[in-house]
Amino acid sequence: METPYCCFHRSRVVDVIELTTSEIRPDALRARLIDPAAGAYCGFEGWIRNHNEGQSVLRLEYEAYEPLALTEGEKILEEARSQHPHLRAHCVHRTGLLEIGECAVWVGVSAPHRDEAFQACRYIIDQLKVRLPIWKKEHYVDGHSGWVNCERCAKSA
Amino acid sequence: MKNITVRYFAMFREHAGIGEETLSLDAETTADVFHATQDRHGSSEPSGHCKVAINDVMADWDSIVSDGDTVLLFPPVAGG
Repeated sequence: METPYCCFHRSRVVDVIELTTSEIRPDALRARLIDPAAGAYCGFEGWIRNHNEGQSVLRLEYEAYEPLALTEGEKILEEARSQHPHLRAHCVHRTGLLEIGECAVWVGVSAPHRDEAFQACRYIIDQLKVRLPIWKKEHYVDGHSGWVNCERCAKSA
Repeated sequence: MKNITVRYFAMFREHAGIGEETLSLDAETTADVFHATQDRHGSSEPSGHCKVAINDVMADWDSIVSDGDTVLLFPPVAGG
């Protein structure tokens, strides 16, 4: 009888990226990273703020291309783990309409020591923001809306 | 000529007014496909800020396209 895969690669089981339309609950997610060999946990939450580049923001809308967002996200986690072999990492990104104050993205890592936890968490969120096929549209208080980054690129082109 | 299915996302979809279309193009690379769609839909986003994939695999702007490929055009991303 074959031994289940998870018994050989237990540490890989929690290295997951997810997209969700539901509320992100960091406390529940954090519990998945608990590991007797870990002495450090580092978490990052990205929140919806009410202003951007001088405009008052009412809400945000996230669109993702899920097949490639997950593939690229898994690559980022793999890169983080190759830099810090004893890492556990998990991240969740919201899609759809989000209101001010909601959590749009969560990254959590646990590791033997704090240096690697801080470094890996920072690496993962920085890479997620520039590599995942995810777009956000800001809906402003004055009624108009705009895709973040696109208009800026068009203006500077 | 090659039959290329092009998928548009976010701002590109709004500019094109559709999410996907199949075009008959004289295109060698993904950059050729991108420029053909820009001429078609009047968009001017520089490709340097954008990303492209062929058949769900990330590609470059000099990647070769083949008849029957699906090319995905991603405007500048903004996760987080």
